[in-house]
Amino acid sequence: MSDVTVEKPLPFADAVPGAVIEGTETDVVVNPDKLVDFALFLRNEKGYDYLSNLAAVDYQGYKGRTPEDRFEVVYHLFNTKTGGDGMVMRVRLPEDKPELPSVILVWPGADLQEREAYDLFGIKFKGHPRLRRIFLWEGFHGHPMRKDWKEAYYEQDHKPYKSRWPEGHYAWEEDRAPWADNIIYPKGWDPATHVDPPPVLPKIHEPPVTVEHIKTDRIVVNMGPQHPSTHGVFRMIVALDGETVVGLEPELGYLHRNHEKIGERNTWLMNIPFTDRLDYLINMANNFGYVLAVEKMLGDKAKPPERAEYLRVIMAELTRVQSHLWAIGFLLNDLGAFYTPALYTIEERELILDLFEAVSGSRMMVNYMRFGGVKADVDEDWLKTARDLVYNRLPAKVDEFDRFLTENEILKERTIGVGYLSPEDAIATSMSGPMLRGSGVPYDVRKARPYSIYDRFDWDIVTNDGCDVYARYLVRLGEIRQSIRILQQALEQLPDGPIMNKKPAYVFKVPAGDAYAAVETPKGELGFYLVSDGSDNPWRYHVRSSSYINLNALEHMSIGYKVADIVTILGAIDIVLGEVDR
Amino acid sequence: MFGIGILRGLSTTLKRTVTTFTDDIGQASRYINSVTTPAGKVLQQPPEVKGIFTIQYPEEKRQLPENFRFIPMLVYEEDTGKQRCTACGICSKVCPSQCIWIVRDQTKEGKPIPRPKEFYIDASICMSCGLCAEFCPFDSIKMNHDYELAVYDRFPGLILDLEELSVPTSYYAALYPKAWEAEEEARRIKEERKRARAKKAAEAKAKKAAAAKKAAPKKSAEDS
Repeated sequence: MSDVTVEKPLPFADAVPGAVIEGTETDVVVNPDKLVDFALFLRNEKGYDYLSNLAAVDYQGYKGRTPEDRFEVVYHLFNTKTGGDGMVMRVRLPEDKPELPSVILVWPGADLQEREAYDLFGIKFKGHPRLRRIFLWEGFHGHPMRKDWKEAYYEQDHKPYKSRWPEGHYAWEEDRAPWADNIIYPKGWDPATHVDPPPVLPKIHEPPVTVEHIKTDRIVVNMGPQHPSTHGVFRMIVALDGETVVGLEPELGYLHRNHEKIGERNTWLMNIPFTDRLDYLINMANNFGYVLAVEKMLGDKAKPPERAEYLRVIMAELTRVQSHLWAIGFLLNDLGAFYTPALYTIEERELILDLFEAVSGSRMMVNYMRFGGVKADVDEDWLKTARDLVYNRLPAKVDEFDRFLTENEILKERTIGVGYLSPEDAIATSMSGPMLRGSGVPYDVRKARPYSIYDRFDWDIVTNDGCDVYARYLVRLGEIRQSIRILQQALEQLPDGPIMNKKPAYVFKVPAGDAYAAVETPKGELGFYLVSDGSDNPWRYHVRSSSYINLNALEHMSIGYKVADIVTILGAIDIVLGEVDR
Repeated sequence: MFGIGILRGLSTTLKRTVTTFTDDIGQASRYINSVTTPAGKVLQQPPEVKGIFTIQYPEEKRQLPENFRFIPMLVYEEDTGKQRCTACGICSKVCPSQCIWIVRDQTKEGKPIPRPKEFYIDASICMSCGLCAEFCPFDSIKMNHDYELAVYDRFPGLILDLEELSVPTSYYAALYPKAWEAEEEARRIKEERKRARAKKAAEAKAKKAAAAKKAAPKKSAEDS
């Protein structure tokens, strides 16, 4: 018998033989043929019940990659019961046949994320029931997130562009590539003979309640994209039986600008102001998520000083207060209480935005956080106003809203029992934020895997077992109170010192590798999955958008309710289309 | 009883309406702490106000904080008329939307001169992020507070050139009093250090020269 070299056995080799190709206990590369078996094992035996993020990466031309493993689909899994750092699962796919089985039956939350990967990368998920394009239209030429796809006004792979300096003679992009010359038609496609694909019709679910003595017709109604209650350019194709919703299909992409492709063209620093434009109501939180992800890749040398950590938390929590105020105000707007509650809440938001403006220079597009610190320090006047708000004005105002709204019979009639989502469904469909906690699941990224300095403060996760729109409203109200608690502690403990760990650089290299970092924004879990090849620009910049993934359950929540209720249900998700469509 | 919640809610609204008026009665005029400028009255949204606070734009305007940023401007020295900009190109390299275009000046022989020959900012693309001002090493590019930029045509109305972008130092000092003071202080310290160093160097040179002089006659004496 020859010598057998003792190799370290592959993880999980006993449980699902042949599934894991390589990797460690928490980061595995999986054979696509065994993917579903392995996913079931992870969910049932290991407790990874929450598929947080699903991202595809195109490694064409990346060092050490061949056409055999050009594409990679990355799954970030977490355990909602124990918290912790979770698990990374990767599937590598060849260039000529990028196909793998869908995990939609294991984690239904994969639905929209797999469609996104199909749309932007052309990766096919076998077994997905409605694998259609989601942001782009059927017939769009190519898959834009692939490395070999170039946009209409393509100039150069990476910024900064060479044409700007030192010979920067101004040229209008449209003159360089005039409109109509910059269009590439798909092979064999002719605009003259084009016929629109058949319209998408929602899948009909049988209504749970039928009224025998009223004759109703089935009709399909387009709600949006120009509808004041869809919170932007969002369209719902609704099948109605009388007034009851029997089918719903979300249509999005009206605000799609391929944020992620822009992010790959940018340098690391340039992406910070772009994150402001994701969810344009919670800019500070977006900044926070992105800088955390890059700092994770840069390692210990990018750790921000104490004062900066506190300032980040103060800004993030002020953002939570103002965003929840906005959500509550506009939920009431959707219910028909036009503008009085909304404007009351906007008043408080104005004062918080004044604080942001004073320190960062802009009310919404703050561009405040930097790698290893924050951009500007706060002065005594700022702190005085902030303390005044946090100690006196905001707590009194939250009590006022509570008195004003919570016991209001009309609000209760319209929201209690509407948009039911069970805790199991909420976890399975990858809900996050107040949607998840409104279904009684005590899962908050700030507690599950504390980032920054959140482990230093004394605060509670707010949950409510109602599982309906009213519960989500109460969770938001409770979270404002908890944020005020954190703010009071943070303002008290705010230390003196520097706000940047070193002089900021505008061009720097990030070590090769990948990282996923998530923050708990007011809307839910906002994650950034970044891949670097060791250069000045990200190789891949993926946003795990909470608003987008929270739409997974929209159809499920709306079936069986009246058409007026879906406005409320959508309002309680609190989507912002800047982040949904990206 | 059904309806109590609604009544309580309505009482909140009524209270708010009354407070809005009593707030106004408390002070003689709404403009007591305001500044009057040619563009209109400038007000603040004070957190002390209990009722509704609304600023009637465009007749009234909001007090902007010093850090406010909108579109970049180029600062030139008022006494000499010299642009601070050296056309180093950092702003155009850091710009996320790549809206800054610079032509560096050069001599007839093609040697670069550190000043901009042409400088454009495409205000229709600029995302007002302020990174250019943050990374400018010569305190030349700063963010203007002027946010009323509407024009009738995009081209060339929103393509701001060197002339449109240039502002004197006094304009900048008025907009950014704190930053101006800090920068001038830093510059003064730097100059002083430079002068001290120059003085020291001159002294050392003089000493050396004196020593050489001292040594020279000796040498000449030896020679003779």
